[in-house]
Amino acid sequence: MSALLALQSSPLPDWAAVAPALILALTGLLLLAIDSINPTSSNSPVLAGISTAGSLFAFAVAGWFLIEGTGQAATGGEISLYGDALVVDGMSLFFTLIFTIVAAMVSIASMDYLSKQRYQGEFYALVLFAATGMVLMSMSNSLATAFVSLELASLPSYALVGFLKDNKGSIEAALKYFLIGALSSAVFAFGISLVYAATGSLLFPDVARALSGGTGMTGVLGMGMLMILGGFAFKTASVPFHFWAPEAYEGAPAPVSAFLSSASKAAGFAVAFRVFIEAFPITQLPAGVDWVLAFQILAVVTMTLGNFAAATQENVKRMLAYSSIGHAGYALIGLAALSANGPNANVLGASMAHLLVYGFMNTGAFLFIALVEHWGVGRTFEDYNGLGAKAPMASVAMSVFMFSLAGLPPFGGFFSKYVLFYSAIEAGFWWLAAVGAINSALSLFYYSRVVKALWIEDDTSSLELGSKPVGLYTAILFAAVGTLLLLPAFRPVIETAQTVAAALF
Amino acid sequence: MLIEGLIAVAFVAALVVFVSPNEYAGRLAAALSLLPIVGSLYMWSQFDATGNALLGGSIAFETDFVWLTLGGLDVHWFVGLDGISMPLVVLTTILTTLAIVSAWTPIDTRQSQFYGLMLFMEANLLGVFTALDFFVWFVFWEAVLVPMYFLVGIWGGPRRKYAAIKFFVYTNIASLAMFIGFIALVFGLGDSVSSMRLPEIAMALRGGELGGFAGLDAGALKLAAFVAMFIGFGVKVPIVPLHTWLPDAHVEAPTPASVMLAGVLLKMGTYALLRFNFTMMPDVAQALVVPIALIAVISVIYGAVLALAQQDLKRIVAYSSVSSMGYVILGLIAYTTYGVGGATFQMVAHGLISGLMFMAVGVIYNTTHTRMVGDMSGIADRMPVTSGIFVAGAFGYMGLPLMAGFAGEFFIFQGAFASTVHAAMPLFTAAAMFGIVIVAGYLLLAMQRTLFGPFRFDGEYEVTEAAFHDVAPLAVLLLLVIVLGVAPDLFFQMIQQAVNPILQTGGGL
Repeated sequence: MSALLALQSSPLPDWAAVAPALILALTGLLLLAIDSINPTSSNSPVLAGISTAGSLFAFAVAGWFLIEGTGQAATGGEISLYGDALVVDGMSLFFTLIFTIVAAMVSIASMDYLSKQRYQGEFYALVLFAATGMVLMSMSNSLATAFVSLELASLPSYALVGFLKDNKGSIEAALKYFLIGALSSAVFAFGISLVYAATGSLLFPDVARALSGGTGMTGVLGMGMLMILGGFAFKTASVPFHFWAPEAYEGAPAPVSAFLSSASKAAGFAVAFRVFIEAFPITQLPAGVDWVLAFQILAVVTMTLGNFAAATQENVKRMLAYSSIGHAGYALIGLAALSANGPNANVLGASMAHLLVYGFMNTGAFLFIALVEHWGVGRTFEDYNGLGAKAPMASVAMSVFMFSLAGLPPFGGFFSKYVLFYSAIEAGFWWLAAVGAINSALSLFYYSRVVKALWIEDDTSSLELGSKPVGLYTAILFAAVGTLLLLPAFRPVIETAQTVAAALF
Repeated sequence: MLIEGLIAVAFVAALVVFVSPNEYAGRLAAALSLLPIVGSLYMWSQFDATGNALLGGSIAFETDFVWLTLGGLDVHWFVGLDGISMPLVVLTTILTTLAIVSAWTPIDTRQSQFYGLMLFMEANLLGVFTALDFFVWFVFWEAVLVPMYFLVGIWGGPRRKYAAIKFFVYTNIASLAMFIGFIALVFGLGDSVSSMRLPEIAMALRGGELGGFAGLDAGALKLAAFVAMFIGFGVKVPIVPLHTWLPDAHVEAPTPASVMLAGVLLKMGTYALLRFNFTMMPDVAQALVVPIALIAVISVIYGAVLALAQQDLKRIVAYSSVSSMGYVILGLIAYTTYGVGGATFQMVAHGLISGLMFMAVGVIYNTTHTRMVGDMSGIADRMPVTSGIFVAGAFGYMGLPLMAGFAGEFFIFQGAFASTVHAAMPLFTAAAMFGIVIVAGYLLLAMQRTLFGPFRFDGEYEVTEAAFHDVAPLAVLLLLVIVLGVAPDLFFQMIQQAVNPILQTGGGL
């Protein structure tokens, strides 16, 4: 208590605001150090425990900052660091919560999933370095830091996808992910250079200032913005850079799929939100350059394509991969429903809240796949037949995730989708909400197939499930309880999200 | 806090039963489900609401606080009871326990999951009847579907998967239509409402605050929303021609699920029609009186004729539910004390009687493993107690005086005859009354062929009297049917109090 008082009376130095990123990075280094003591042994509980503890510690610090108002208007506004290259504000802290809690769930689940693998220390270290990159992505305030942190998040991800070295699918997925990733990085970097050519700066506020003064190179600017947008489309698995996602999510170890489809996607949105809102404010765009329109097209195409592709899958993991593309489309509403004088903070906040809820339900769903893979059950819907009778608790949790992803009450996904569509209507984009609602109704079809297989179809295999792995169960049940509790506790989430989003405009 | 306690107890009971071993799950669930009964009966004894909860009446056991704030439209956790919902809460708690006990014999696999789902459904049903905020209500309304889907899909008959998915798809699409209709109304009300609380919306709608929305003017919007909501709720009731999911779901569902489906889930539809369409938009309802009354009469007659044509005992009872729900619609559209009050009373009465009938058919099926009328005769010889209660219940269905069915139907007919909403109401009523004749026809026919005459049974099962715990719920239900028939005022007084405000402000009736 006295320590806390001391902290409050003497404010922390500014650099302490990046503490969540520092904690993640240091935990990653610590893991490497521990692993180097005895590289041949794989003491998974210790490694997973440290990784989980580090993530949770970063989560707690970010949560504490958010409650204390660090970087928000009440305590003097955003904290700029390193010559404005990084900025800590409410939004970056909110997204940090998503990355760290997903990293924690993935770490604890990996303890069982990787129990027979080598190089476990490296695995957890890579997860934490990727998470560090994501936190920095949400804090970046310059196109240069955005690019560097995006690479910091991406490079470990490539290695993680290919972690199962003797599994063909894993390697293929990693290669595909890496090639498309490299391509989109190049496009992104080229876009940055074009924007620099048009505005003469990389810092978001300076770019915005240059735009307000007018630019003679509208075409170059527009081209640059479109290319930057392509870079984000890759990171968030949105059309047209979504091709890697089904393969990568299907081939990767399931906990890594969970990590990529929840945290990495959210990171893409975090940096996209900041770049487009801070650097290219709607009110200061030159005529003919309209990124809102681009995002509207992307949102509609992404959610529709993701949903229809998901409906045709026979493989559960692949279905979830496409559903994750569909959800990227919903989250894009956060940028697509912005307008010059609209309730922009509400729209953006709703999208952020949806990403948080999605972090729980989608991570949980992929971790259930990890559990099923751990047992050696197959990957198609039919292989899931009758699992409900064999593993009721995990199956209940999976049903919760499926219903919540479909947006059915009484789960968190219901509120987050509702608020998202509601805010789109409020902003005057009722057609966007209508497309979202129709897609959401369609999605019930393929989500309910999983539930039907788990509980209703008769068990045809004689497979005996092995032991009940503690780590995977803990993570899955934690995610399920989180998904459930986010319904009654949605008020603080949405209020925080909309408050911190308001600071951007 | 009583209502929250009631719902929470049911949720916790569901969780406890879900993780309990299969051998004890049934007994444990029955014991735990007594707690909500005690709670609801206590609330009934302490009930002090007057008037209609939506129209400014005082609300019993009210809780109201802001759950989340959404750009000008707050979502409240707002629950409470009035004279319309109180009887339905009591019905839900009692019927759940009896249905659980009736499941002891037929359910022999994955018991803990079965009973867990039953209690989970009870918790959500209690939420549906107590919620007074649209959002809270909608959450519970949708959540009721999930356990029902599993109950039919896992423990049902041979075509259970088809029946379960048909039920789920029908009711979900219906919910979507209703949701869109209602939300359009809320948007049309604009700034005149600041929350999703039903009383606030009802008052604003009746106060003429509705503006246009999405290119429709106020009148067209109201009509469109009324129709969308009527269709949405009509699927649940069900009204002809939206009833086709019901026979499939009933026939495939295990007996206890059928009891809940007919006894309580169908009442969600009529309850919602009364709360939303008929309370909030009486002017539209009265403008549409001819089509609605026509739908009611068609449901009554067509349902009864279909029942007449069935060979499966369960199908007979299922179609007769369609017929009985037609009476409820007729009572609602009459807009008289006895009409609307009788319709509400009939919801409870029909819940008890149809529960009794489904259970009786289930008990016979447990022994004979067939429900086909032609496969057996003279069952009364071997199962005298069950058959006796079956006969008594059937007479209740036909509307024998001093039984609850008589009181409900009598009120409805009295109210509908006296109604002045349309000159042709007496004609519609007379046509609907003809349904009673058909009901008597098919029930007597079915009983004569299965229960009476010389004993004949082609199956290889021994036909003997059912166990005590199978017959006891039947006896309790029969007792309740008679009690409510002798003393309808147990509920009818509070119902009347809650119903009258609807009529007073509903166009001078």
